[in-house]
Amino acid sequence: MIKLQLPISEAAIRQLKMGDEVTISGMMVTGRDAAHKYIHDNWPDWLRPILENSMIYHCGPVVKRHEDGSWSFVAAGPTTSIREEPYEAAVMEHYQVRAVIGKGGMGEKTLAGLAKSGGVYLHAIGGLAASLAKSVVKVHDVYMLDELGVPEAFWHIEVKDFPAVVTMDSHGGSLHKAIKTQSDEVAKKLIFD
Amino acid sequence: MFQYDEKVLKDQLLELIRLAATDLPKDVVESIQAAHQNEEDGSAARSVFGMILKNIELARAESTPICQDTGTNIYLVHIPEGLSMRKLTKLIREATAEAVEKSYLRPNAVDSLTGKNSGNNVGDGQPYIHFEEWDNDTIEFKLMLKGGGCENVSTQYKLPDVGLSAGRDMEGVYKVIIDAVNQAQGLGCAPGILGIGIGGDRMSSHMAAKTQLFRKIPDTNDNPDLAKLESRLKDDLNKLGVGPMGFGGNTTVMGVKIGSLHRLPASFFVSISYMCWAYRRHSMILKSSGEVSYD
Repeated sequence: MIKLQLPISEAAIRQLKMGDEVTISGMMVTGRDAAHKYIHDNWPDWLRPILENSMIYHCGPVVKRHEDGSWSFVAAGPTTSIREEPYEAAVMEHYQVRAVIGKGGMGEKTLAGLAKSGGVYLHAIGGLAASLAKSVVKVHDVYMLDELGVPEAFWHIEVKDFPAVVTMDSHGGSLHKAIKTQSDEVAKKLIFD
Repeated sequence: MFQYDEKVLKDQLLELIRLAATDLPKDVVESIQAAHQNEEDGSAARSVFGMILKNIELARAESTPICQDTGTNIYLVHIPEGLSMRKLTKLIREATAEAVEKSYLRPNAVDSLTGKNSGNNVGDGQPYIHFEEWDNDTIEFKLMLKGGGCENVSTQYKLPDVGLSAGRDMEGVYKVIIDAVNQAQGLGCAPGILGIGIGGDRMSSHMAAKTQLFRKIPDTNDNPDLAKLESRLKDDLNKLGVGPMGFGGNTTVMGVKIGSLHRLPASFFVSISYMCWAYRRHSMILKSSGEVSYD
């Protein structure tokens, strides 16, 4: 198990290889469909200090608001990442984001982007919402809650020992491609033989 | 005439929602436990199943959602003759909004035109409620929470399919289902459970597929031909090696459930409703005495 502390350098990220199991601690931000579209339409500068050498978590949490106005995460597993395929490589390069965390993996465009700008794709376990919410030790802030709604807002969170697996690295390795190649072979036999 | 107390029933519905979101049914947990045992020690797949089982326990113990995507809330309601569907719909919608306040459900209803989240998980067509009348003097509420990831990999084929050399017969049905699961990979939060609808029109075919998902995993299809196809598909789909979350492994699907409808001579649809491992469904029966039981 490799421990990653945020913020993290490009050099440290480039050492990671497909299949590495990691735990993440530090500050990161959630962002999913509406957030990516917003970034891509506006390229806001206010996001730079939040994103630089940090990670974007593809997650739309269930949250709880406490009487003192503070928030906590109740359920917070990953959402499907491939929907951000049109945007992610550009977003990561523009803000020097070192990883995205999500589920299901991403495509060729992102894989090429990871190699170019120095990033990895981290796979969290889908449906692990109760457990992963425990790894979110503090909600520091939320941005654009009114505009984007609870699931799609930017939640600036602090995580501790958040578990994930490197399934796409900065050297062109993709577990998703490898598994698909194998299962394509089996499917071909079952369908055509 | 069947009578019920609206306030009491709303609380009973809220409990049904809480159970659906936080307490994975026994048959599903047992399937996941079996899949866990069926992976090699030290493999990624085994470790994923281990984490999944811990999460299931934690969600139940703390009464928090198993998955943050509390999904489309799909209700299948059986009512005795003469009961108002409008009144029950109103109660379900109220219980849904209350469940959001209690953090059992995520506000999951987005206006497709404006992009605005309604904030309480209630909107046009959400939750989805289907009523049927029956002879019993009870009301049955079946509830399934189906997340977006697995809904997005659900699909519909029409036979024949030249690319898959799938003809208009059971062999053709088999082929398109193999293709659908291979295309889905881990994106639907594998291992999945498949609800299949053969025939119908585009709409009824999808409905038949979803309705199949209310069956329990270990049951056997009443139709012997479909029972055989279900078992063959389950065995062969598990040869694909997609495994939990698409990490590779021995269990790609935990069950295949098939229903069929009459079709037009011109149409032959096969609808595939992919359900994630977080297969959240519970039911509740309300007797006229006010007594309620959950399953």
